[in-house]
Amino acid sequence: MGSAVAKTKYIIHGVFNDEVPLLEACKKLRASGIRIKDVFSPMPIHGIDGIIGLPRTRIAICSFIYGITGTCLATLMMWYMMVHDWPNDVGGKPNWNYYMAVPAFIPITFEATVFCAAHGMALTYFLRCWLVPGAKAKNPDPRTTDDKFLILLELVDEQAKKAEEILKANGAEEVNHKGSYVVPPAYTLEESH
Amino acid sequence: MHAESEIRLPLILGNKSYRQITDDIIAPIEGKAARGWYLLLTLCGLSFLWGIGCLAYTIGVGIGAWGSNNGVDWAWDITNFVWWIGIGHAGTLISAVLLLFRQKWRMAINRSAEAMTIFAVLCAAIFVLLHTGRPWLDYMLFPLPNQFGSLWPNFNSPLLWDVFAVSTYASVSVVFWYIGLVPDFGMIRDRVIKPWQKKFYGMLSMGWGGGARHWSRFEEVSLVLAGLSTPLVFSVHSIVSFDFATSIVPGWHTTIFPPYFVSGAVFSGFAMVLTLMLVVRKIYKLEAYLTIKHIEYMNIVIIVTGSIVGVAYLTELFIAWYSGVEWEQYAFLNRATGPLAWSYWTMMTCNVFSPQLFWVKKWRTSITFTFIISIVINIGMWFERFVIIVPTLCRTYLPSTWTTYTPSFIDIGIFVGTIGMFGTLFLLFSRYFPVIAQAELKTILKSSGEQQKKDAAHHAHH
Repeated sequence: MGSAVAKTKYIIHGVFNDEVPLLEACKKLRASGIRIKDVFSPMPIHGIDGIIGLPRTRIAICSFIYGITGTCLATLMMWYMMVHDWPNDVGGKPNWNYYMAVPAFIPITFEATVFCAAHGMALTYFLRCWLVPGAKAKNPDPRTTDDKFLILLELVDEQAKKAEEILKANGAEEVNHKGSYVVPPAYTLEESH
Repeated sequence: MHAESEIRLPLILGNKSYRQITDDIIAPIEGKAARGWYLLLTLCGLSFLWGIGCLAYTIGVGIGAWGSNNGVDWAWDITNFVWWIGIGHAGTLISAVLLLFRQKWRMAINRSAEAMTIFAVLCAAIFVLLHTGRPWLDYMLFPLPNQFGSLWPNFNSPLLWDVFAVSTYASVSVVFWYIGLVPDFGMIRDRVIKPWQKKFYGMLSMGWGGGARHWSRFEEVSLVLAGLSTPLVFSVHSIVSFDFATSIVPGWHTTIFPPYFVSGAVFSGFAMVLTLMLVVRKIYKLEAYLTIKHIEYMNIVIIVTGSIVGVAYLTELFIAWYSGVEWEQYAFLNRATGPLAWSYWTMMTCNVFSPQLFWVKKWRTSITFTFIISIVINIGMWFERFVIIVPTLCRTYLPSTWTTYTPSFIDIGIFVGTIGMFGTLFLLFSRYFPVIAQAELKTILKSSGEQQKKDAAHHAHH
């Protein structure tokens, strides 16, 4: 249950040299009930999703839906142009009905499916991650794209102390305090689980 | 930590750290370009300019400037188109198919191979767009409503399938490549000091941060795109082969064409990847990442695809004889013994004989030998397309239409121009973009780095 008073949250960066101690620290933090805001790393870390409690991305489902949309659009387009609007008999291969000419429509139907699935998913990915030209760099420390691994925490005072101990005990190279901010009461209700 | 067998050779030589990978990959971007780079760029740039001149001339006077004639209406244009688009296929194969098969060695070459794909498809596009004769009307290839009544393009035609296949392939390849580049641009943005570089790479990186959620989506997107690109790459060259196979020209009307074209495409593409990577490896000193083992792996793919191509050539001959169709038999007899027989035997030597030399371990692990053979295969695969198109069209059904073919100065100029364009784009790419997917490479450092493997083995024995 959240209280109706404003809370101060402290921003902490736990910087690691390697992903193995980082994963260990993440496990410990989670075991002590500390919520990990995000982890920044130069490359994908295998198995981190489960450890820091990320749900599986649903982007592949989007891709499937885009793909099916492409199939339908291509079918509709070729039916309209070749069968409905102006049926032609090219080289003794008539287009009076869709089923008559469907083998010839398969290649483009396939290409349109792939086109929509791939581009739809790519667009969703860029927008969902807000990767757009001119966007500000999202990593809080520029070294994380090179060789440093960073755990980002935003915690209330009593948790912050515990977290710092855990980070240090598990091989964090640096623990940096990056200031604090005040959470208005309305938000504490959501954050208090 | 996932350990790998000691028997497997390391994919990253020396004692590298994450930081060193960053340093090595960013070196060409931060440092000054080598003299060889400027030399090659000048050479390629000049050929490109020559090509632009020939292109402009063709657009000005029409395709009568080419050597193509009434019988041989497809010649250098389509030969070059198929050659370039085939080269492109290795890039997608490396980045998509090898990703699905979890081949870690792809990480040293996938970025450059994908760049090569995109540039090769651009070169191919020049020929198809131009061979229509009136390139300013090429928009009519797309199903747009037009002022002539509701006359639509013919969706029963493989030539139209090709328009859709190649444009899908080109655009999906660009997106796949760029999604992989974004994290690397992020790394460059955070490293470079010069203001214009900070701005330039900041723009390209689109704010990449490398958060856990973003990586998780990144990996999912890469996997799904690989899954989509795999059938796509097979479909593109199958459809290119339909351009021939669905016709009734003897020598073209064969069902073996799709698999034969696809394996030929991969074969020529790997040869081109080798040609380029051996140069890049030398200029940018990437010997630690592009090891002899990588070269050997690529040569093994060349043996496999080269052998498939060889079997396809022989199958074609057998089926021509076995079919009992006189026209079909003559088409092949003409290729092998007619006036252009030299091109047929060049093709046979380059594509069937030369890759078999790689069965010898000493040769397939030799850099000089690999470089020479890769160029021989590039030449051979160009001749394959030439042999399929030109000698066949010189002698079709009616002997009164029989003709011969010589390329014009302009034909040669445009082809040389596309090689120049390809080279120019690739050189610019290798200087300003990360040539190796460094973020991906960092994921295999612990399991496949030389020192890391030694350490792991040392621990295991105690």
